Amino acid sequence: MEKKDLNEIEKEMKLANEGLPEKERILFSDARPSRVEPLNKYLEQFVNWARARSLWLLAFGTGCGATELRPLMTSRFDVSRFGIAGRPTPRQASVFIIGGYASIKTIKRIVRSYEQMQGPKYVIALGSCTINGGMYYDSYNTINRIDYYIPVDTYIAGCMPRPEALIAGFNRLKEKIQKGECDGMNKYADNFDWYKKNQKQIIKDWNMPDYNW
Amino acid sequence: MDIIIRILYAVISILVATVWGLTLTGIVRKIYARVHGRFGPPVWQPFLDIIQTHSRRVAISHGYMFFLGPVFRFAGGLGTYLFIPVILGSTVFGNFSMGGDVLLVMYFIFFGQLGMALGAGEGGHPYSPMGIARGLSQMSAFEVPFSLAIISVAIQYHSLNITTIVQAQQGSILNWTLFTNPLAVIAAMISLLGMNGHAPFSIVMAPQEIPIGPPIEMNGSFLGILQTNRGLFAAAKLILFMNLFFGGAAHPNILVALLIMMIKTFFIYMFSVFVGASFPRFRPEQSFRFFLKWPTAIGILAILYIAYL
Repeated sequence: MEKKDLNEIEKEMKLANEGLPEKERILFSDARPSRVEPLNKYLEQFVNWARARSLWLLAFGTGCGATELRPLMTSRFDVSRFGIAGRPTPRQASVFIIGGYASIKTIKRIVRSYEQMQGPKYVIALGSCTINGGMYYDSYNTINRIDYYIPVDTYIAGCMPRPEALIAGFNRLKEKIQKGECDGMNKYADNFDWYKKNQKQIIKDWNMPDYNW
Repeated sequence: MDIIIRILYAVISILVATVWGLTLTGIVRKIYARVHGRFGPPVWQPFLDIIQTHSRRVAISHGYMFFLGPVFRFAGGLGTYLFIPVILGSTVFGNFSMGGDVLLVMYFIFFGQLGMALGAGEGGHPYSPMGIARGLSQMSAFEVPFSLAIISVAIQYHSLNITTIVQAQQGSILNWTLFTNPLAVIAAMISLLGMNGHAPFSIVMAPQEIPIGPPIEMNGSFLGILQTNRGLFAAAKLILFMNLFFGGAAHPNILVALLIMMIKTFFIYMFSVFVGASFPRFRPEQSFRFFLKWPTAIGILAILYIAYL
């Protein structure tokens, strides 16, 4: 009796993947993301120290704010001296910069890329559009607050923020990582249903698995 | 007891080579940055990157071969390194050098790439087979001049043992293969450009062309192992070149000998860094054709020069 109950609970915990055609569902994982606890205190402190000094950006410009990322890489601002480097694939990246407004088409890709990143993962929301919609606050095809859809660690306000502001934002993120305050990965896993509900309200043509492993 | 001491020595030797290889990588990144007019990352950045990748909380695997890919790659790096004597006559850094180890080392250089190709192929991302195809073709291309140079050196010293080859070059700087068999050294140094994968032969891992190539799906510890191997493998290749062509490292004092090794490998690496910093990238077909033309011709000439003159 007890076993059956457990099975039922487990079945409920599985993701339905309703957006996929029935024959394709078997090809995708239906597991939910789960919480991963940090290591013991001193080990985690050491690891966070290294994580803060080796930030790998996902090279995916999601809006006009991505323009500000180019000068960061070149000789004038050169973020590589802070240990920040671009990575072309979400599998290896640890920082996701939401560069300004996110249109509904883009938010789908943002969710996919964010979920494919391997935790611990950090999100920097760049520009006013990610905080309250900015100049696109009443647009029919952009979202106003990015933190309804993915957890955000640091905001950089402005339209556009200068590269200096971005570097200040990176430093803020580094401080937070070192203190162990950036736990967006577990926040996403804990509040998974809430985030999914918000995402599905916006993304009408949901034709991907519920969690992109 | 003897075997335990041998293992202990091998561990020390591997650690020193890995740390030196990663430090070299850091120095090279710094040099590239200065060429671009940037400050560049700190020299110890590769170590931080490795800690960071190993400390990821989750890692996605795509199957058994995906799991084994980085392991094969690392085994290739270890195999390459463990049969090269780092310091002539040293018990700790002599490694497991024996008769015919040149052939074994050449095999291990290829072995890691093949294992990685199998593993990365299972990742399922379309860019990784593309990167593998380019990587293996480029590798087959630069193996031709490299093998010709090795054959030339083997004929010259009547030996396939690296220790014997290093011993034959002792005494004077003019005994180095660089001066006794310059054509073989030229062919081998050009193939080193392809081996190190800096521009103009950086098409395999070029982030702007096919994002990062073969390891595109590698994450967390998988990538960490690959990065560690990159340090060890870089050191192993440079030490092999130092042994075959630049007189090796020999000194009664082990620290002085290590210093000689570091200076020589640094300058051998700088050759491909200078070329890499000053030339643009070749397209794949340009790169393969280049290796099969001039370096191959020079390699054949090197054999003829040694065998008949």
